[in-house]
Amino acid sequence: MNRRTFAATAAVALLATATAGCQKDTAGGGSAEYPSKTLQLMVPAAPGGGWDLTARTMQKTMTDGKLLDQPVEVYNVTGAAGTIGLAQLVSKNKGDAHHLMVMGLVMVGGVVANKSPVKLDQVTPIATLTAEQEVIVVPANSKYTSLEQLMADAKANPASINWGGGSAGGTDQILVGLLAKAAGADPKAMKYVAYSGGGEAKAALLAGDLTAAVSGQSEFKDLVSAGKVRALAVSGTNGVDVGEGKPAKTIKEQGLDVELMNWRGVVAPPGISDADKTAVTAFIDKLHSSSGWTDAMKAQGWEDFYKSGDEAAAYFTAENERITSVLTDIGLG
Amino acid sequence: MNVFGDLLSGFGTVLTPEYLLYAAIGVTLGTFVGVLPGIGPALTIALLLPVTFSLDDPIGTFIMFAGIYYGAMYGGSTTSILLNTPGESASVATAIEGYQMARRGRAKAALATAAIGSFVAGTISTLLLSLFAQPVAKLATTFRAADYFALALLAMVAVTALVGRSLVRGLLSLIFGLFLGVIGIDGLTGQARFTFGTMELLEGIDVVVVIVGLFAIGETLFVASRMHHLPEHVTPLESGAGNHKSWMSRDDWRRSWAPWLRGTAVGFPFGALPSGGADVPTFLSYTYEKHRSKNREQFGKGAIEGVAGPEAANNAAFSGVLVPLLTLGIPTSATAAVMLAAFQIFNLQPGPQLFDNSPELVWALIASLYVGNVLLLALNLPLIRVWVKVLQIPRPILYAGILVFATLGVYASTGSVNQVFIAYGIGVIGFGMRHFDFPIAPVILGLILGPMMELQFRRALVLSNGDLTVFVSRPLTAILLALVVVALLVPYLPRIVARLRGRPAESKRLTFAEDD
Repeated sequence: MNRRTFAATAAVALLATATAGCQKDTAGGGSAEYPSKTLQLMVPAAPGGGWDLTARTMQKTMTDGKLLDQPVEVYNVTGAAGTIGLAQLVSKNKGDAHHLMVMGLVMVGGVVANKSPVKLDQVTPIATLTAEQEVIVVPANSKYTSLEQLMADAKANPASINWGGGSAGGTDQILVGLLAKAAGADPKAMKYVAYSGGGEAKAALLAGDLTAAVSGQSEFKDLVSAGKVRALAVSGTNGVDVGEGKPAKTIKEQGLDVELMNWRGVVAPPGISDADKTAVTAFIDKLHSSSGWTDAMKAQGWEDFYKSGDEAAAYFTAENERITSVLTDIGLG
Repeated sequence: MNVFGDLLSGFGTVLTPEYLLYAAIGVTLGTFVGVLPGIGPALTIALLLPVTFSLDDPIGTFIMFAGIYYGAMYGGSTTSILLNTPGESASVATAIEGYQMARRGRAKAALATAAIGSFVAGTISTLLLSLFAQPVAKLATTFRAADYFALALLAMVAVTALVGRSLVRGLLSLIFGLFLGVIGIDGLTGQARFTFGTMELLEGIDVVVVIVGLFAIGETLFVASRMHHLPEHVTPLESGAGNHKSWMSRDDWRRSWAPWLRGTAVGFPFGALPSGGADVPTFLSYTYEKHRSKNREQFGKGAIEGVAGPEAANNAAFSGVLVPLLTLGIPTSATAAVMLAAFQIFNLQPGPQLFDNSPELVWALIASLYVGNVLLLALNLPLIRVWVKVLQIPRPILYAGILVFATLGVYASTGSVNQVFIAYGIGVIGFGMRHFDFPIAPVILGLILGPMMELQFRRALVLSNGDLTVFVSRPLTAILLALVVVALLVPYLPRIVARLRGRPAESKRLTFAEDD
């Protein structure tokens, strides 16, 4: 087969695939122009965490669902709540629309707490994808049966409550700060002990070091359903089941005006053209509306938290302001 | 519940050609990856995670992961023994005596005692895991911050033997390690320490980078600097007839079996502690063997006990790590954290109910540990012959290769060129330390135990609102701290007793940091 016949055959084959694609899925519509080369997906954290899982699920969904003809590469840049990855995206990948980074609320906090020289407003927001609620748990033998009681004591005698959760300035501590603020307590006076990862905090709660632990909703599921810990509240708009077999009460339902979603999203490097930005957004839109993504979210227990384009940009800005303010109140800003 | 019935059905699941193939792939892959400095089991499993998506077979995946872990650990000891380049912290203790053995032509025996010791420890500790997972997990969650501090302090005091010949040099090495440990973001307050305003240092210096720098790069520079004073290559085999057939002599067996058992006894419980891991028990095992060996004069010159004990402890710790992971969903090591992620990918939540909800998977995993152990032994004993040949490679080529792989390893595990520079910087320091005869192991010890002690101490104080009595108010903490005092006093006991009896001290201190 000479080169021309090969090209012709390939073109026919491609056309056939494209037509088949059209018939099955009108929204998908054949081979898109973006991505036109290998899509690089940076995870600004170590393998195995939430961002990593998000990126690898995206990779799997894109590849399995044939949303693109190009390979997808996931790589990890670890460090400092993702701010090292952020700095790298801004300095090394400027203008490259085939280089996306997974990020989320934790990075918003990390930029503030680590006083990162590179800010989040320097990147191009693409979309928020998923979110997980936070859960507040106490040991099964704790005297606290409602969030109200816990917060009343936290206000009257902050030193009597040992809060525990993930890294300093992360989602968990942000939630404690927001709760204190809403309950009229001093966010700075909250005694928060940071643990690396949910495992350590779990052990500390079971051993009796902590009064209450704050974590992602799925983290304590097994211990809740085994009756070893009790869930007091979740941080979303609607209660989710955190292991009790019924939706847990939200913070709002218990009279405190606090909502916090640990959301995860995608950003592109700075300096990409408007056309590129539209193409990337359209591609992520396509990912989000694929059936593979819906299945993956369901399997992982992620809530759909999709905002793209201008809506995403506005949300990034709003979250940035809110998180900066609460971290400043805690004394980490 | 009938443990043996469950285990038997686990074996029923695992002993199919397909799963045995997974286990064999895992062990082989793990061994080869473990040989590369800097690339440990955690990274390998993490890199393989996407592959397992498409496998869509949780049991097969976990069987392969267990194989990788055992293989990588064994691969790490191979390079520690042959080339003095441990790939991760758990192999550092092995390198101390193992490399000396290799230099004296006893590489085969060292590799064999490591392989058989790993097998013995792996098998016993897997048995312990099958029988006592639930009660051990319960015990492990009674440890509070104050107890961890006391435990870390005890470990620190107990392993002072690593300090070596000169107390001043040893302590300086230890302090260097402690200093490296505090670099980066402080875990409790989020404040940056010793980062000089750079982003790169915020995350601290990874222990892998330090190990690769101090050992692989430091050793290479050291060897290069004395190229002309060294023989062409290391004696790969003991001279004398009859040694080519057997890996270990009768005497080696006699000296190895007890350290294997003791190493297992130390490794398993330490692995089970949330905050444990495999590194501390290997150092403890080394110290203990050195302390009580009848052949103490051989330590530092290639004592087989110093390889047998830590290697057993290292492997036993892995089964220990699985205890809190499977029963409570608490990962206590980097590998366990990655495995937890893998569980979640398959929509399984390790915890109190895993044994009830997915018994098939759990018991298949446990059975696969036995299988992995057997395969590791079957693959590696014959391979010893091949590994030893590595020593016949001419030095310039061999060490150039080490340098390449060390660089690759650091880059692969951190994805950052700056970390490679840091590793080389530390390598130059490691060269200096070798040149001026500073011991290397205390650096790693300080780096591992220092942050643990500091963090838990401060955590305990925050939780108790600054009340220092938290360290004596609970029996567990008080007992651990009392043991620290005992460990400090024991070496001086003969002198104290002698003085109390009004006689001049006849013997010097007992054992801990004596000259060797």
